[in-house]
Amino acid sequence: MNDLIRTLVEAYGPSGSEDRVRDLIRPMVEPFVDETIVDAMGNLIAIKRASGKATSPLKVMIAAHMDEIGVMVSHITEKGFLRFTNIGGVFPHTLSGGRVRFADGTVGVIGSDALEDMGSIHPLNKYFIDVGATSRENCPVRVGDAAHFDRSFEARGRHLTAKSMDDRIGCAIAIEALRQLPDVTDHDLYFVFSVQEEVGTRGAEVAANRILPDISIALDVTRTGDVPESRPMDVRLGGGPAIKVRDSGMIAHPGLVRLMRRRAEEAGITYQLEVLEHGTTDARSMQLAGPGSAAGCISIPCRYIHTPSETVDVEDVTGCVDLLVAMLSKGIEL
Amino acid sequence: MNDLLKQLTEAVGVSGDENDIRLLIRDLIVDHVDEWSVDTMGNLLATKRGTGQYDLRVFVDAHMDEVGLIITDIDSNGMLKFTTVGGFDDRTLLGKVVQVGPNRVTGVIGARAVHLLKSGEMSKVVRGDAMRIDIGAKSKESAGNQVSIGDRAAFVTEYEELEGGRVAIGKAFDNRAGCAALIELLRGDRYPFDLVAAFTVQEEVGLRGAKVAAAGTRPDVALVLECTPAYDQPKENDVSPNVALGKGVSVYVMDARTIQDPRLVAHLMASADAHDIPYQVRQPGGGGTNTGAIQRAGIGIPAATLAVPGRYAHMPSMMISLDDYENMIRMADVALRNLTPDILRRE
Repeated sequence: MNDLIRTLVEAYGPSGSEDRVRDLIRPMVEPFVDETIVDAMGNLIAIKRASGKATSPLKVMIAAHMDEIGVMVSHITEKGFLRFTNIGGVFPHTLSGGRVRFADGTVGVIGSDALEDMGSIHPLNKYFIDVGATSRENCPVRVGDAAHFDRSFEARGRHLTAKSMDDRIGCAIAIEALRQLPDVTDHDLYFVFSVQEEVGTRGAEVAANRILPDISIALDVTRTGDVPESRPMDVRLGGGPAIKVRDSGMIAHPGLVRLMRRRAEEAGITYQLEVLEHGTTDARSMQLAGPGSAAGCISIPCRYIHTPSETVDVEDVTGCVDLLVAMLSKGIEL
Repeated sequence: MNDLLKQLTEAVGVSGDENDIRLLIRDLIVDHVDEWSVDTMGNLLATKRGTGQYDLRVFVDAHMDEVGLIITDIDSNGMLKFTTVGGFDDRTLLGKVVQVGPNRVTGVIGARAVHLLKSGEMSKVVRGDAMRIDIGAKSKESAGNQVSIGDRAAFVTEYEELEGGRVAIGKAFDNRAGCAALIELLRGDRYPFDLVAAFTVQEEVGLRGAKVAAAGTRPDVALVLECTPAYDQPKENDVSPNVALGKGVSVYVMDARTIQDPRLVAHLMASADAHDIPYQVRQPGGGGTNTGAIQRAGIGIPAATLAVPGRYAHMPSMMISLDDYENMIRMADVALRNLTPDILRRE
């Protein structure tokens, strides 16, 4: 699975520019589904229909987002440096000395205005990107161009580290689950590889409006509390898939949480329960779309979220695949 | 003198009370559209049928509401308390003349004259909730006979042209400039597709009208015409000018509400390039337009935004370049005339 993960995490896809990620995923999932749709916003919707024998099958939407955080050029100085704004949650203290890459391959180094007080952090507007230009005229990028953080994938034993584990790891889990699912299932499964999650779960909203699911499951990363002096959080790397109970944007359907726990226990999957105080996922949009759906989330524990070194545990990842397959291949009665 | 801009900016339509501006616009477009209707929220929706070449429905939005004030109470001495409708810097309110309610009662947002200020008071900002609108009423009863709680108040600003008729001052260019441009598009020849013109309500309080207008009409693609804040006064550092007056039409790429559809952005720019129409990319980052509501209506609608740069947005007097305004009309028109279903095809 590491090759799949490497391929996905190293691809270029800041929010709004997910085409390349979609072009990678589409041929991977097409053999396992009946139909694929790309909607107006760019969501890839892969539909695996219930067997003919199923009467009034449930519509189950599974969402993993393709987009990643990044930056967008907002101004080019006379000397050719780029000022920029964030695409999604970019934290200034993670930036200095980092690298970004534009769609055309141009690499930039992130620098900042002089820091007078080493105890403080600059706001985002005091950082700049150096692409090696010497003037506005010879600068190879334009205002409005997007870039992602540039960092390669590393497998370090059980730990996998890369940029955009959030949420290519969710995409990888969805793809792997599609490979493992039996040919025939009792539910209509809508695997959605969504766009623009990082800027406000926008893609999943319109996809859910189209599908109007009965059951919704997001696959996304969640933070852990297992690093030194961390804010308390009872999720750790290596503790297994995290079944979300609530986050700041959604309270998971209690029946769906119970069912996820039961399926995990039946299959002997070690799991954790997750309460996330800050942040949300596509499940929020899916829960509220149309007449509403029973929504939940299988979360992948992840350290250093929204930095170029997001880190997950490979056994947590396979546990998430196992749990998703167990959920989708059996009955869903809440 | 641009009579259309004069008429539209001098008309009143504070969010939630767009009746007057809607009636004016309806009268201006009725001879140029095939049908029109007003939806539940008050959006004016008009269809100009196409030549039938493409099976497309293209939605062009311009919000007709403007920021203003709403009366919340009448003091015992006849002064009107108010709160703001839409985003304001309270410092811009003092001393301004307003028109209140359906009878357009003239009032002034009062303040103590400079002669009467104590030392130190001049350096303090007066908050909006301490201000009152004075309509000269002698008593609460007299005021109550002229205005009601819930009445809207709009600024009184006469439209004028400067700089040899190339620069205009007026109120509410945000977004009567967009409304005027959309009216000009409706006055032109038919497009190769059906054009749904949406003059929407309640943008300034959260993109509310456009949300239902788009969900109700379910178009295939959308273009929003706006007036975006220009910030081009000289600055100490080499930082972004945002957009500058007279430097061309603003093209949105990303704001706080929307990442514009990249296919449409590319099409808009290519159309402008082909006709030598000047444009500038609006600084990505904050802000938001109706595109944010339209793009995510229903199953999603590819959407993009063009805007006239305007100085002093959400203040009693805004300033725009009529070159930018005319270029926005040209840019929207050529982009629409060249719009084909292929532009939206993904494979």
